[in-house]
Amino acid sequence: MTVETTELSLPSRIDTVATAAAAVAEFVGRSGMSEEAAFGIDMAVREAVTNAVLHGNRQDEEKTVDLTLKSSPDALEISVHDQGPGFNPEEVPDPTAQENILKTSGRGIFFMRTFMDEVNWLIRPSGGTTVRMVKRR
Amino acid sequence: MAELNINERQAGDVTVLDMSGKITIGEGSVALRTAIRRLLEEGKKRILLNLAGVSYIDSSGIGELVSSFTAITNAGGQLKLLNLTQKLQDLLTITKLLTVFDVYESEAEALNSFK
Repeated sequence: MTVETTELSLPSRIDTVATAAAAVAEFVGRSGMSEEAAFGIDMAVREAVTNAVLHGNRQDEEKTVDLTLKSSPDALEISVHDQGPGFNPEEVPDPTAQENILKTSGRGIFFMRTFMDEVNWLIRPSGGTTVRMVKRR
Repeated sequence: MAELNINERQAGDVTVLDMSGKITIGEGSVALRTAIRRLLEEGKKRILLNLAGVSYIDSSGIGELVSSFTAITNAGGQLKLLNLTQKLQDLLTITKLLTVFDVYESEAEALNSFK
């Protein structure tokens, strides 16, 4: 299997979530991941792009959400980059803690970590945040 | 076609919403929120969500289910869920929300539970 890379640059709008998910689904389909893995990747990508649009770029259409998709024999790697100020993922409350179960938001990062094998964030000093997510084969 | 279709019917004093499509950020979540707000304004507080046709839900959609549950409970009503797909059941399990919602696989059983 060869290594394939695709890059996308999308506007900071809510409908970008569905656009990105469709593009990733097509990429995942070509990469031969299992149906279960594809479901998890879809969930994680939607949450990552939602966060980039809402919390990173705050729906500022002057700013883009950039995705890089890489497929290799070992894994599929997806990076989502926004131009926001960044945040500390360790400070995001655990949505499954008793006091947070009935909160109406705050489950996106939990889903990303649940469905992907690796999730890490890179806060760039020059501005912007990249979340890198890996699903191993 | 709308992202989320909601068909309303009455079974005694319980309002059943048959839902099909996706409850995701944007249109799907807003459609659920609008439907629940309207029912509460009409004084309909016993609500059964039939989720058999819901193929997909994201964290925003799950947040909207929680928001609906809280709004209806605070209004003195009851919200119950019917016919979860396996994937939705899995998501509610890992988020520990399955312990919060009253979930049924049989509509008759669900309707009886309101009495």
